[in-house]
Amino acid sequence: MDIAAQSIEGGFADPVFNAQTVFRAVMDAMARPGSVQPLPALARPPAPLLATSGAIALALCDNDTPLWLDPALHASAAIGSWLGFHTGAPLANTPADAHFAFIATPAEMMALDGFSQGTQDYPDRSTTLILQVGDLASGSPLLLEGPGIETSAAIAPAQMPRHFVEQWKQNNKRFPRGVDIILATSDGIACLPRTTRIKTMEA
Amino acid sequence: MTAQSTDIATYNFAYLDEQTKRMIRRAILKGIAIPGYQVPFASREMPMPYGWGTGGVQVTASIIGPDDVLKVIDQGADDTTNAVSIRAFFKKVANVAVTTDTATASIIQTRHRIPEHPLTAGQVLVYQVPIPEPLRFLEPRETETRKMHALEEYGLMHVKLYEDIAKHGRIATTYAYPVKVEGRYVMDPSPTPKFDNPKMHRSPALQLFGAGREKRIYAVPPFTDVVSLDFEDHPFEVQTFDQPCALCAAENVYLDEVILDDHGGHMFVCSDTDYCEKRREEGHRGHLAPETDLAPGNMEPVQ
Repeated sequence: MDIAAQSIEGGFADPVFNAQTVFRAVMDAMARPGSVQPLPALARPPAPLLATSGAIALALCDNDTPLWLDPALHASAAIGSWLGFHTGAPLANTPADAHFAFIATPAEMMALDGFSQGTQDYPDRSTTLILQVGDLASGSPLLLEGPGIETSAAIAPAQMPRHFVEQWKQNNKRFPRGVDIILATSDGIACLPRTTRIKTMEA
Repeated sequence: MTAQSTDIATYNFAYLDEQTKRMIRRAILKGIAIPGYQVPFASREMPMPYGWGTGGVQVTASIIGPDDVLKVIDQGADDTTNAVSIRAFFKKVANVAVTTDTATASIIQTRHRIPEHPLTAGQVLVYQVPIPEPLRFLEPRETETRKMHALEEYGLMHVKLYEDIAKHGRIATTYAYPVKVEGRYVMDPSPTPKFDNPKMHRSPALQLFGAGREKRIYAVPPFTDVVSLDFEDHPFEVQTFDQPCALCAAENVYLDEVILDDHGGHMFVCSDTDYCEKRREEGHRGHLAPETDLAPGNMEPVQ
């Protein structure tokens, strides 16, 4: 299929209700960090962008939200034109300009503090990262606590960024500044807002 | 649009256009990620005046879906003008099921009360907020209050509460009582009576706040610490009532005073009408309850 066709196919079949479904899944995941919200494949973006992260882009991104794509996604011209056609979102020049960053290979990604952290006055002006992970059960387990979690929650996302626990601790310390993360698998999402703390197993 | 939307073809689902919803949805996600922080958003004109809940309506319109069940309360009541018209609005523009029953609602839009029936996980409480900035009456400049939040400089608020004590012997603030969220941001819980503040603390429901005129959205995720500001020697206290509800005999609920005649006759009844009706259906009777009840029922059939 040529790029023109690839960039036009694969949007929401029912834009209004599909966007609402995706948003509610993201909202519930963000409000209950560590909970896994199932998300059906409502969008069909070109690989390696997953259906779930493509759906998140369609639900939340538009011409007000510059996007940053990691090298694996940036290499595909089809993905750039698919996102451009369906969302109208411009590509950010640097990660620090991005409102949303889509990352296909988190294990090779740059440090979290390279993205926009917001300012102390406007901590909402930060980048939301969408990390595509293989699954949420086979990686090293993360024990989570913080707002949205009654006692504790656990997920074990595979292929996470290097030194993630240490990086996330630093992200916590920057509060109220910091990035928020949406973890996307092929059929579900989980969120790590900046308030979520990873409990380490030290005695 | 789909077959679900036969008689709302003149509007987009839930009134707002999709770009507006995306913008509000992004603000809601940031609000959840930064509990208590007021996220600026591009509030729209709604087909109702500012002050009638345009912020709450925009939040509800952005989160609501065809499977949701909506309840709207105004000062606890399902049957007052604001509640009835907002409920009718969403029936018209989103074709959703509505209810007055707290337990079956998935979204509850509220003006200035939290239902007496405990909220559960999965429910969303949407507050209509007139003045989102708790420091606004102490410092009118937005540039300054923003800096105060950034620097976590809340001394002014404690001075205000202290002045209350100096003048009245106690903290005289009874509604919009300032709270600290997750130990960081001081937040206005909207003009709910301080009676409801403890219900916000570690509530299993997600709480979203929309201020339409002031163009701010903020949020309290479930199981988040919400602590009312106080002093060691003047701890936070909620209102107490020396008599139960005159209709359903409920105690430890928030009561409204209702004037009965022009000779000073009055009674205290539950502010939460749904809670009061449920109790009367269960057979509870206050001292002014009619012998045989007037078959309260729901005032609108639930779809």
